[in-house]
Amino acid sequence: MTTSTSEDAYASSADTTGGRVFTVTGQDWDSISAAIDDADERIVVNMGPQHPSTHGVLRLILELEGETVTEARCGIGYLHTGIEKNMEYRSWTQGVTFCTRMDYLSPFYNEMTYVLGVERLLDIEDDIPEKAQVMRVLLMELNRISSHLVCIATGGMEIGALTVMTIGFREREMVLDLFELITGLRMNHAFFRPGGVAQDLPPGALDEIRDFVKIMKKRLPEYAALCNANPIFKARLDNVGHLDLAGCLALGISGPVLRSTGYGWDLRKTQPYSGYEDYDFDVQTWDTCDAYGRFRVRLNEMSESLRIVEQAAERLAGLEGAPVMVADKKVAWPSQLAIGSDGMGNSLDHIRHIMGESMEGLIHHFKLVTEGFRVPAGQAYVPVESPRGELGAHVVSDGGTRPFRAHFRDPSFTNLQATSVMSEGGMIADVIVAIASIDPVMGGVDR
Amino acid sequence: MSEIEPVGTRQGMFGVEGTGDTSGYGGLVAPVTLPGSAERPFGGWYDEVADAIETTMGLERVVVHRNEITFHVRRQDLPAVAKVLRDEQRFEFCAGVSGVHYPDDTGRELHAVYHLLSMTHNRRIRLEVTCPDADPHIPSIVAIYPTNDWHEREAWDFFGIIFDGHPALTRIQMPDDWPGHPQRKDYPLGGIPVEYKGGTVPPPDQRRSYN
Repeated sequence: MTTSTSEDAYASSADTTGGRVFTVTGQDWDSISAAIDDADERIVVNMGPQHPSTHGVLRLILELEGETVTEARCGIGYLHTGIEKNMEYRSWTQGVTFCTRMDYLSPFYNEMTYVLGVERLLDIEDDIPEKAQVMRVLLMELNRISSHLVCIATGGMEIGALTVMTIGFREREMVLDLFELITGLRMNHAFFRPGGVAQDLPPGALDEIRDFVKIMKKRLPEYAALCNANPIFKARLDNVGHLDLAGCLALGISGPVLRSTGYGWDLRKTQPYSGYEDYDFDVQTWDTCDAYGRFRVRLNEMSESLRIVEQAAERLAGLEGAPVMVADKKVAWPSQLAIGSDGMGNSLDHIRHIMGESMEGLIHHFKLVTEGFRVPAGQAYVPVESPRGELGAHVVSDGGTRPFRAHFRDPSFTNLQATSVMSEGGMIADVIVAIASIDPVMGGVDR
Repeated sequence: MSEIEPVGTRQGMFGVEGTGDTSGYGGLVAPVTLPGSAERPFGGWYDEVADAIETTMGLERVVVHRNEITFHVRRQDLPAVAKVLRDEQRFEFCAGVSGVHYPDDTGRELHAVYHLLSMTHNRRIRLEVTCPDADPHIPSIVAIYPTNDWHEREAWDFFGIIFDGHPALTRIQMPDDWPGHPQRKDYPLGGIPVEYKGGTVPPPDQRRSYN
């Protein structure tokens, strides 16, 4: 650690309007305070972007008065990877591979909103097979459980509740195992494709899902027993990060933060997509407008998601052998895969068909994989209710084989704007709780 | 539908560029057009919202495509339109602004697209505002929808649209000293060729592409 109590490396006294600047990077405070005789000094603390409590590479610029935060600002952009720009150089189907990596805790939602936008432009929304719709709902709701678990786990860890963290990740692991079984990957699945999903359910998946539901039904009440009335947990969360309904709407806040104000706005109910209107579940709200309310909303939402998973699994049991991809062969990606002796690979039947039997089949496969399909010109915005709120993809096509523009309205990005409102005037320790209650994922914020 | 405006051209028939196509079809030129304007009545509640926007005199044209309605609004009238929509039509929720760059749409190269949601009526609309590349100014609506603070900074960062009246229009994703606006079509994607086992894979923007 360097010590420079007299000169600031970035701004000499002449450069600042506020007088002398001291840059402190971790030495004994007494040695500095001796040099400061001014009673009204401003202390600006730069927290992050490499800080274990800021939920990823988030930079907080906090102005303090003692332990009270008088001003809080966010610095973002440390995880910007140009995903939207990159998608303009890939085919429509390949776009899924990019956008799944944005909000890495809820990959299926990124895929879903993009795929819904493309399907609307293709005008095939009503042609998506039922099984694909049910599988999408099943995976999204499992994903909501895993995402909320991480939120509760890391939020707990940041206030010192380490057990919440260890059990949260223990349960999340089971969800990721299910993802691996169904999609082949724990994250970055690229499993939803325009027209359906990439693969049918593997044998035995429904049994695994039923076992998971059975275990979670026992374990979710454990979180409630551990946290809901825990005096330390409540003392840290109650009345922290207050944001009421008017504040939420002005700042465009959606998701559990909005529902913690008592307003049951949930796109799955109000603007259903992918057949959500066929499932029986309740929108969870709380009326305290604070971090504790958001925790309870998330906890209750996991139980509701479990209900949806159960119903989806039941429906899938009756859909064995049904198609999972739209019938239009000009859109359906020929991703016929099969388990071979050396793991999963191209289906040998499909290879035999295109290499040995049908020249037409080979041409179609080649054209679809290299060139892709054309999407009629226009623009679409079909938002979904992600674990963090309204996630929408503004998909623009010029009639070509690639997205002309894909912009993602990520809820983490928008909700993070509430940091100042939620934490100014509070204690510095509560800043961490307030941000954890927003549950920002920097991969989604920066994209 | 009427007065479809071309926003670009597409050449060739087979989609591929730079193959030395000798079939003759490579010389085909087709206009790229976006969905054209809709005529009244637009149907359902669309007309009610259109009437409200017309009171501000700012409505340029209306596009209805795939059951989504887009109101094209003159840029100087955007704040008035947004205020009417928020206060009278109860579009409480703005899902931000997204920039789109149409380099061949002369005089209207930069588009700013706003998605509004009325939770009261459960309706969604889209506002589209354009500005020429030479004069990339659009009035800010942060005063009406505070949520657009970061969204407008993002559109400035990536497209160079200057939102007049924004409280602090600075870059948000790219570093403060970054030159250029990366998501414009004239900004290269970048990347280097990758060599693997003797073969070379060019960067994505230099690979064979289909239009």
